[in-house]
This record gives sequence, structure tokens and C-alpha cells, in this order.
Amino acid sequence: MSAPLIELVEIEKHFGPVIALNGVSVSVDAGECHCLLGDNGAGKSTFIKTMSGVHKPTGGKILAEGREISFDSPRDAMLAGIATVYQDLAMIPLMSVTRNFWMGREPQKRVGPFKFFDFSEANEITMTEMAKMGIRLRSPDQAVGTLSGGERQTVAIARAVYFGAKVLILDEPTSALGVRQTSNVLATIDKVRKNGIGVVFITHNVRHAMAVGDRFTVLNRGKTLGTAKRGDINAEELQDLMAGGQDLAQLEGSLGGTV
Amino acid sequence: MAETQTAATPDQDERIREMSTFRKALIRPELGAICGTILVFVFFIAIAGDSGMFAPEGIINWGTVSAQFAIIAVGACLLMIAGEFDLSVGSMIGFSGIVMALMTVHWGLPAWFAILAAFALTLTIGALNGFLVIRTGLPSFIVTLASLYILRGLTIFISITTTRKTIIGGVREAAEGDPIAWLFGGKVFSGLFVWLADLGVVGKFVAGPRAGQPVVEGIPMLMIWALVLIVFGHILLTRTRFGNWVFASGGDAQAARYVGVPVNRVKILMFMFSAFCATVFATCQVMEFGSAAADRGLLKEFEAIISVVIGGALLTGGYGSVVGAALGALIFGVVQQGLFFAGVESSLFRVFLGVILLLAVILNTFIRRMITGER
Repeated sequence: MSAPLIELVEIEKHFGPVIALNGVSVSVDAGECHCLLGDNGAGKSTFIKTMSGVHKPTGGKILAEGREISFDSPRDAMLAGIATVYQDLAMIPLMSVTRNFWMGREPQKRVGPFKFFDFSEANEITMTEMAKMGIRLRSPDQAVGTLSGGERQTVAIARAVYFGAKVLILDEPTSALGVRQTSNVLATIDKVRKNGIGVVFITHNVRHAMAVGDRFTVLNRGKTLGTAKRGDINAEELQDLMAGGQDLAQLEGSLGGTV
Repeated sequence: MAETQTAATPDQDERIREMSTFRKALIRPELGAICGTILVFVFFIAIAGDSGMFAPEGIINWGTVSAQFAIIAVGACLLMIAGEFDLSVGSMIGFSGIVMALMTVHWGLPAWFAILAAFALTLTIGALNGFLVIRTGLPSFIVTLASLYILRGLTIFISITTTRKTIIGGVREAAEGDPIAWLFGGKVFSGLFVWLADLGVVGKFVAGPRAGQPVVEGIPMLMIWALVLIVFGHILLTRTRFGNWVFASGGDAQAARYVGVPVNRVKILMFMFSAFCATVFATCQVMEFGSAAADRGLLKEFEAIISVVIGGALLTGGYGSVVGAALGALIFGVVQQGLFFAGVESSLFRVFLGVILLLAVILNTFIRRMITGER
């Protein structure tokens, strides 16, 4: 088997006296969905920001297809094919789908000495890419604000895929969504994975993770508690690992196992 | 799961009604301004239709005033869409006027040099405004409010300490035959008006030193500037990559930065453009009046912002239209001059304007919610 698309080994990140990450190792293969689980404060955000080039790790190393690399900025990470879809910063609601899709990478056509935004090409590609993800737009100049939360995440994912992402990091894409929208986003993740893209799916919802995950890594207090393959672990065990102990087991007993 | 999936995405979403083409054409950011413009024109044709307001010289009259508003509204519009305000526009007008007049009249420098120097100076101040907003992270409202006072104070100070006056005249004589001054103070198409006057479409002076000449000398360059800036602003905003960056910077600066939009550069450039528009206004005014005054441009920043808001822009940025802002400026000009033509007490200007502002903004908010799905 070839080297993973990206591998992070024993990553440490300190913010002054605070140790946010204390040895986290995760690898992502092509075509897999790697779920990163952890409760609030477990270090998930710090970890994905390290992976996407926002933070530089204090210790540990990052390997891309077997070679050691380091990112100086989010742009470096993007050029290396690592795209991040942030939960609340994916899209600008006041702008049209096309304008959002191409934001920062607008196609241009030349008319005499001037360059213009090539809307006909941009609209066409946007509609095709959205249709591939199973979203039918009324028109490409429809404002993103008129889309549902799940559709917005899907536009952001389609954008990342179209612009050549090899690794797609999704920061809690389902946490603010309803049931139907969540299943749409999970279906999108499945489609992306089948195209050979490695997906890092950050969530604290075990059921969403179990639905699409190939491997599961649990973070707790800045450390990895281990990585398990699909089938080697069940939802209850994951839940217990995330909570890091017995407290939740007791609580869960009193709630009838519904959490 | 699979069943609900297919049921949920039929070819056409059953919850989205097909919109008629007419309705689609109607739902645009400028609708409020379009309605306002129609309302204002109908109103004045009814009450002042026979006062000469819609004769050629009347049109030039309110057209010039509207063009003045439009020049600064275009700058304010693009800046507001980029998510920032510039309250120093009015002070910038007074400042650049005095700079030009001092250089030409007091220091005897050529007019072209004075004009270019004034532009260079105000563009620098605009860039400084933008730089301070970006660096300090303070709201541009506060930063440019400071510039408003600093610039106005400096303008009066410079003017008084050098000439002991706040009004400097004699610029027209100093700019006589200048290679670029006519770009701001001149009139074009005068031949056309002579021809029209011979045809009897435009009246002629019957007495006085200009007897026999048409009453309309030509189209002032001010109007040409307004048209050029409106077309430029509109194309820049709606048809170019940079325009997309302007929307993105105002819509959500952080999201824009994450996808590589140079938000800081966009904002600073828009502050400079706003300063550029203010200086165009000032230069046209100085060349037309032949004088500069330290108190020129008072409250212009608010008139620009009102035009932009009537035009459908969102005060918080990320949404708006240059065409709308231009219509806002037209409403402003027509109302201000129209009340004069109608012989109505001019203090009613503000009442009328307030009512239009309120109506347009209510309509705009309603339309914007339909377009953007905001709640």
C-alpha cells in the first residue's frame, strides 16, 4: 500500500504555558474517511488548524505522501492539496453561489486590454459541480443565504473538490444541521471519498461518525487515545473514549442510553 | 434512508415556486431607487412641469447637482460594499480645493501641477485612512470621523495662516489655458447646443453681453465625470474579479481571507477610490467657481451615504449597487433643485428627502430579504 496522503506524527502544540496538543498522530489515506472525535476542549480545533497551516506545530512532523513538509501559511497547505471547510466560515450568504464558488479564483476572459470575470463559464461549471453533488440550484446567481445549512456545506465541499483538494478537512459539518440535511452532507462525504479524496471528518457526534467513517481517532486532553478501524469498535466504546471515563457511563445509564 | 433521499430531491423542488420573468426582473437591489426616481419625477412633472425645470437649461441645472452627488456616491458605494465607511469625504473636498487654490494663486504654480499634487495628497490620506482601519482594527466610522476633524481643522488653519482668508479666489484666471484644468471645469458639446439653438430647440439669450448665444453653453465636465465614474464603478463591481473581492471583503472578511482574497489591499484601494472621487468633486467645483473655500463639502459624506443607502446598499457591507447609488444621487439632485423650481419653501427639502430615504430603505430591506434569504 502506498504512503498515506498526509501523516501527522506526534504533533505537539504549546500556546505559552498551555499544552494544547501533547502527541497526536493521525494519518489519512486516499479514499478513506477518517473521523476525528473528541469532546469540546479535546484539541480538535488546534489539531485541524495545524493540519491546514494556520498554526505551526511546536513538535512532531508532518509527512505528505511520505515526504516531510512544513506549512508556513494556510495558502501553503492549500497548494499542497489540503482544503479545510470551516463550519461557520464556509460561505458568504449575501453573495451568489457562483460568486462564492469562485471567490479568490475567479476565471477571467480578456476583452481588448481589459479582463472580465467570465460569468458564463463560471456559472456553467458551478451548476455542473453542484449537480454532481446532488444539489439542484434554481439559478447560479441565487444567493447562498437562500440555501439550507446542508446545501451551504455541500457548496463549500464541491468548491474544495473542484479546486483539486486531495485531503478535505471538514470541521463539524453536521453539528448545526437537522436530520435530513445531515444525511445529505454524509452522502456528500461518501461521494467525495469514492473519488479518491481523503476526508478528515471532525465531529463529536458518534452516530454521524459511525455512518461514514473508515477509521476513528479519539482525542482527549490533547492526546490521541488510539485509532480504530471500522468494525473493530462500536458506538458505545467510542462514546466512552471521548468522554474519557466512567462519568458518562453513569449518566448514560440514567438517560437510558440515548446520548 | 434511500427512499427519503430520492423523494426529497425530485427534478424540481416542490417548495420553490417558479418565478415569472417579470418578477425576476423586478427583484433587484436597485428597485427601491428606481421606484423613488419614478415617484420624484412624477411628483415634479405634476407640480413644476411648466416652470422650466424640464427645459434644457433646467435639466442642466438639476443634472449638475445630481452629478455632484453621484461622483461622491460612487466612491462611498464601493467602499460601503467593501464593508467600510468614509466620513472624511466632505473634509477631503474642502482640503483638496484649498490645496489647489493655494498652489495656483498664492504660490503661482501651474494648475496642472496643483491638480496632480492635490490628487496625490488625498490619495495618500485615503490610503492612510485604510491603513489605520486595517492596522488598528477599529471601526472605519471612528477612524474617518477623526480624519473629518483633522482635515477640516488643517484646511482652515493652512488657509488662514497663509492668506488670512478662508476663501481663495482667482483660480480660473490662474488656470487659463492649462492642459488639464479643462478636464474638470470645461464644457463639452457646445457646438451641439449652438446647432440646437439655431433649430429653436434650445433658447437663446435675447439681451446682454451673450445675446444670440444658446442659454445652455454645453455639458459640464462634471456630468461627464459622473457618468464615467458610474460606468466604471458598475463594471468594476459586477463584471470583474476585483468586484467579486469587493463583495467578499464586505460580506465576510475572514471567509474571504481563508480562500485567498487580499482583503486588506481591497479595502485600502477602496478608501483611496473614495478619496479620488472626493478630489474629482473638489477640482470640478474649484474650476467652475474659480475659487476654493475652507468650508466646502460640509456634510457631503452623509449625502453620499444617503444616496448609497437609497440605492439599496447594506450599511454593514457586502451588498449594494452602483447604479442604485447613482439613482439615489439623482433623487437627491432632483428634489433639491425641484423644490426651488416649484417655488416651495426650501426647508421642505429635508422633509421630502427624509420621507424618501425612509420609504426606499423599507422597500430595499424587503427586497434584500427576498434575494438573500436573510431573516
